[in-house]
Amino acid sequence: MIPFILRRLIQIIPVIIGVTLATFLLTWLIPGDPTNVLLGPDASEEARERLRRSLGLDRSMAAQYLIYMSNLLSGDLGQSLSFSRPVADVLVSRMANTALLAFAAIVLASVAGVAAGTWAALRPGSLHDRGLTIVVLFLNSMPSFWLGLVLILIFGLQLRLLPVSGMAPSGAGLLSLAAHMILPTITLAAWSLASIARMTRAAVLEVINNDFIRTARSRGLSEWRIVLFHVLPNAIPAVLTVIGMQMGFLFSGAVLTETVFSWPGVGLAMFQAIAIRDIPLIQGGILMLALIFVLINLIVDVLYVYFNPKIKLN
Amino acid sequence: MSQFATSPETGRGVFVSNLRNIGTNTSLLIGLGLVSLVVISAVLADFITPHDPNFANPIIRYLPPLSEGYILGTDELGRDILSRLIYGARIALFVAIIPTVISLLIGGILGLIAGYVGSFIDTFVMRYFDIMFAFPGILLALGISAAIGPGLNSMIIAMVVVTIPEFGRIIRGVVLGVREELYVEAARVLGYSHARIILFHILPNVVAPALIYGTLQTGRNVILAASLSFLGLGIQPPTPDWGQMLSGGRTSMVMAPHVATIPGLAIVFLAVGFNLLGDGIRDLLDPRSRQSAK
Repeated sequence: MIPFILRRLIQIIPVIIGVTLATFLLTWLIPGDPTNVLLGPDASEEARERLRRSLGLDRSMAAQYLIYMSNLLSGDLGQSLSFSRPVADVLVSRMANTALLAFAAIVLASVAGVAAGTWAALRPGSLHDRGLTIVVLFLNSMPSFWLGLVLILIFGLQLRLLPVSGMAPSGAGLLSLAAHMILPTITLAAWSLASIARMTRAAVLEVINNDFIRTARSRGLSEWRIVLFHVLPNAIPAVLTVIGMQMGFLFSGAVLTETVFSWPGVGLAMFQAIAIRDIPLIQGGILMLALIFVLINLIVDVLYVYFNPKIKLN
Repeated sequence: MSQFATSPETGRGVFVSNLRNIGTNTSLLIGLGLVSLVVISAVLADFITPHDPNFANPIIRYLPPLSEGYILGTDELGRDILSRLIYGARIALFVAIIPTVISLLIGGILGLIAGYVGSFIDTFVMRYFDIMFAFPGILLALGISAAIGPGLNSMIIAMVVVTIPEFGRIIRGVVLGVREELYVEAARVLGYSHARIILFHILPNVVAPALIYGTLQTGRNVILAASLSFLGLGIQPPTPDWGQMLSGGRTSMVMAPHVATIPGLAIVFLAVGFNLLGDGIRDLLDPRSRQSAK
């Protein structure tokens, strides 16, 4: 197991280098003088010159990338225009809020998705099964921000049941935090829930026709027991892969959800950055979320092998 | 993916025999119906819109749906929502289909070369795809659009860049599978040129998956494009665009919720249409996936 983890760790090094290269290249896409965008149109010529020198804009691309990387390794992601603070500060201070939302969403999506998928797979072709197929289709065809708006409209504005914006004020207690989280969590989880339900359904269907399930049935075990101890453990590896991928998507999907609900996370900061073309913040946000995505995929790979001893480690 | 490659059934024979099943292929029929409706609205927009989509009449701001002369009501500037929706269909189809086609071409060629030539080129292309896959699509698209500056062109470039790897990987998988088939080997033994082998022996296998995944990606592109517009990175006002109409209506959710919710329904309508169409085409061209893939 340890050598496998080490090998995977080594394998992600080129990916991480590629990711940093891609975010670095975003600066190159800026048309015209990048200092115009990076410092805003009102910056003085001295400030521009200083930035040019510190980014190495007058030097070769390779040199610029090396400068970018060495800044990165020392935690310097540049200066945010919209927040007038170092990008790293802004992102780090908001990461916890985004992670909170993403974890809540993945728990909801996994539990509800696995339950719904299993339920449908145990009754293939039934009304419940076809109902799930339709719900999955709609959830996968729905922009999350629209779902968020509709939820706000129904539960916030019409029924006045739940808060629709922001996080609980500090000191308001856990209950208030939970109330503020309900709608964003559902919104963020919707797409993943559908994908997980679909995958679970397929995985369970595959397991359920095996001989050992028939044996379990003939031994007179209860349906509950069969599902919990015989079907699900064998369906989990496939489902786990999807959950892991969704986990990564949730962190980035947060850009839209946080915007709709004014949830003070990394995504909302990136949305605010778009309006004034605060490229350093956008760059930093993308880099951070992409690295999280890579890391989560690594963890999922390891878990996959752990849960699936059949896979040969070489 | 390689299920297409190894299938002895793919080819004209199975296609024709499956045409008989069209009548029972509900996904295909409903999907085709939904997409056609949007296409027809887009084509006939000049003739069927009741009002000028950009004509703002401040006196009639925020008319609710079912108002006289304004079936879907008016928006924050007093423009007819139905007319904007119909003209918006043009943009919606354009930004869903065009990036798919470009990305399918580029990704397809990359996948074809990687799969056919193999060796270090394959490794190189696959490493590139791996890196692209490390980015959740919306994130990279957001970065590219923001860097180039918002607008239609940058949005299309961003969407193409983030969807190339998916197509590339699928096509490469197909080509890898077919490359070892006996008939390809036979063609090679007969001394056919690479161009001839690729064109007549390999490409026909790529058509079905390209069509299926292309259609499904078009559905996802509807949402990706709407998301970019919603974030302010897509089509700029006053061009009628569904994602942008939706974000424009956010400020009036209390007073006039229809301004934001109706364009969202249109997005869902078109995305459902393409997704069903993709599923339907899959059932048509690859019947064995019907039980397993859903």
